[in-house]
Amino acid sequence: MTSLLKTEDETMLADSARGFLDDAAPVSHLRGLRDAGKVHDPALWAQMAEMGWTGVLVPEEAGGADMGHAAAGILAGEMGKTLVCSPFIGTAVIAATALRQVANDRASAALRGIAEGKTIYALAVDEGPKHDPDAAQMEAVADGNGFRISGAKTFVCDGMSADRVLVLARTGEGLTLFDLPTDRDGITRSAMSLVDSRDAARITFDAVAATGDDVLGQVDDAMTVLRPALEAGQAALAAEMGGVAAGAFAMTVEYLKERKQFGVPIGMFQALQHRAAHLWCETEVTASAIAHAGRKLDEDPAQATLAVSLAKARATQTVTLAVQEGVQMHGGIGMTDAFDMGFYMKRARVAAEWLGDYGYHAAIVARLREI
Amino acid sequence: MTEALDAFRAEVRDWLEANCPEEMRDGGSGEENICWGGKRWQFQSEAQKVWLERMAAKGWTVPTWPKDYGGGGLSRDEDKILQSEMRRIKARSPLQSFGIWMLGPALLHFGTHEQKAHYLPPIARGEVRWCQGYSEPGAGSDLASVQSRAEPRGDHFVVNGQKVWTSYADKADWIFALLRTDKDAPKHKGISFVLIDMSSEGVSTRPIRLISGSSPFCETFFDDVKVPREQVVGEENRGWDVAKYLLTHEREMISGGGGGLLGGRGVGAMLDGADDPVLRAGAMTCEIDALAMGLTLERYKDMAKTGSVGDASAMLKYYGTELNKRRNEVMMLAGGSDALEWDGAHGSLPADWLRSKANSIEGGTSEVMLSIISRRVLGLPA
Repeated sequence: MTSLLKTEDETMLADSARGFLDDAAPVSHLRGLRDAGKVHDPALWAQMAEMGWTGVLVPEEAGGADMGHAAAGILAGEMGKTLVCSPFIGTAVIAATALRQVANDRASAALRGIAEGKTIYALAVDEGPKHDPDAAQMEAVADGNGFRISGAKTFVCDGMSADRVLVLARTGEGLTLFDLPTDRDGITRSAMSLVDSRDAARITFDAVAATGDDVLGQVDDAMTVLRPALEAGQAALAAEMGGVAAGAFAMTVEYLKERKQFGVPIGMFQALQHRAAHLWCETEVTASAIAHAGRKLDEDPAQATLAVSLAKARATQTVTLAVQEGVQMHGGIGMTDAFDMGFYMKRARVAAEWLGDYGYHAAIVARLREI
Repeated sequence: MTEALDAFRAEVRDWLEANCPEEMRDGGSGEENICWGGKRWQFQSEAQKVWLERMAAKGWTVPTWPKDYGGGGLSRDEDKILQSEMRRIKARSPLQSFGIWMLGPALLHFGTHEQKAHYLPPIARGEVRWCQGYSEPGAGSDLASVQSRAEPRGDHFVVNGQKVWTSYADKADWIFALLRTDKDAPKHKGISFVLIDMSSEGVSTRPIRLISGSSPFCETFFDDVKVPREQVVGEENRGWDVAKYLLTHEREMISGGGGGLLGGRGVGAMLDGADDPVLRAGAMTCEIDALAMGLTLERYKDMAKTGSVGDASAMLKYYGTELNKRRNEVMMLAGGSDALEWDGAHGSLPADWLRSKANSIEGGTSEVMLSIISRRVLGLPA
């Protein structure tokens, strides 16, 4: 397998992404959206499309840049550092990966829409407070040549901005993945006011009509399409969380050097030095797991489950520690809304739950390692 | 480039096939199967002797050392191929020693040509066994406060003092030691890195018994030992530079191959379907962290090829050893009362568990590692 170190191209990608995002989407951008009551910035998304980011996993023949999962992780990581608010993971990673599993003209057209930045996708899988796709209960009942879908989904990230939604529903004995426009009759969306100020929706389906054309992949076989898409999303989310941890950590170390109490910089106190050093070690070890997941998805995708769950589990633990230490070491200022650290803590908590929490992924690692 | 490496691989494969004795292809890496070499070494078998001689003749006991000093002159890529071909046939390591791991790198970096030519080839051939004399009763984490003295008397030193935690001092032929050569200088500036023949008059050793049982550790005493002055490595009174360089090596060794972090007993097998949720949670977290640490070791090895990892290696030492302690705790918990008996149902597990507690002390404590990271990696004020 390719080394876990960044290649020259990857370093350039990271540097150029950083340059763009520091200018276009620093943390103040998220704060601005929140204060304006918005969850999406179409102008930012259009710029990402122009740079080829929305097509990072779209084949070249469908207008994409086809840079692969390691590159998608690098972009997600840079976004995480400044808490960039965009539908990147749901659309450019999860939906693009799902659509790539299907070889037909409709999927190609959908991929083109993603690459061009014209279509935003959301993934509607969760029905309860914990991620568990295999246990989805919402039913799509056979109706003539098609289906009628009824039920409710929750925690649909980017659900309010989305043009289309990938919906997981039970059909007979199996699960089927549907690709539906969000304006289909019978679909009702309501916004969740998430702590991280990002877009998420509850979606109800009231006898929504779906045809065979709306099925992505095969009926009763959602996982052939959905599993790779979920794994791609989990790896990218882990990378974003690595970025969130790195961003929070960098702020914290700077503060330890600047803030003076008892006449000295508080970074002189060994109690804080050792905690900061320990946290740095955690971020380093997690960075390896994140890089490995990207490489594995690019080079051996059928065997990537362990690598992906390892990355998501580690990233969840590390980012949680990073934001908790971030607030504590900043003291009172860390608790204020005027200071950015709180945004990091909120995003970390939402990302920890999305696409499976620590326990969910730890159980997958344990199963695959026969523990 | 790739073609040349492919050709090298074929050559290595043929040579190993022809030269590695069958008995040395059992993957035996346990303590009892290690060949340490040295003047008093008793070979376990004729095969072990032959294997060492043949590998030494190729320079492959120290594949990346220069040929002039007994090495194989291999590039890192060639060395990787040699190691992977040896693993493929489960070949044992022909020779391990502190001379290879520690003194060799120090001499290659700081030694004169004469010193390299004199000391390195016998290490490569497994003829001379070395031990390390760093710690003293009053110099542990504060290593630079060593008090053992080497007083200059014309063309030689007179050495007096005591070292502790000298692994295999009772079996080694020579020792490399940190000794105070200038007691008036600031503590880091009055130390020299000195090579001493253990058979010199006035050198004695005493083994140390640990909480885990008998151990390779010894106390080493110097009583008016005469040592020629040309046996200083690097400049006199600049021994701390050599020591610092070597400590980095030691850290990498303890956290990597040396610690056996990822090999050995699997936590899964120990659990054997146990359904205690607390135990299972501990085992899962350990496994996750161990897998991520394994990937990190790989990443750092690759990093070391392109530049120096430097002080960040303190992370490998800190994290690797703390993880190993946690892993041993989980295994003891999994074993229950079966794991409480010396050499019982779980073999050496109780001794390994106790021994693992030293991992985060030897070679720089976890707390020293964290201080190194906070100051030299994160740049926090001292």
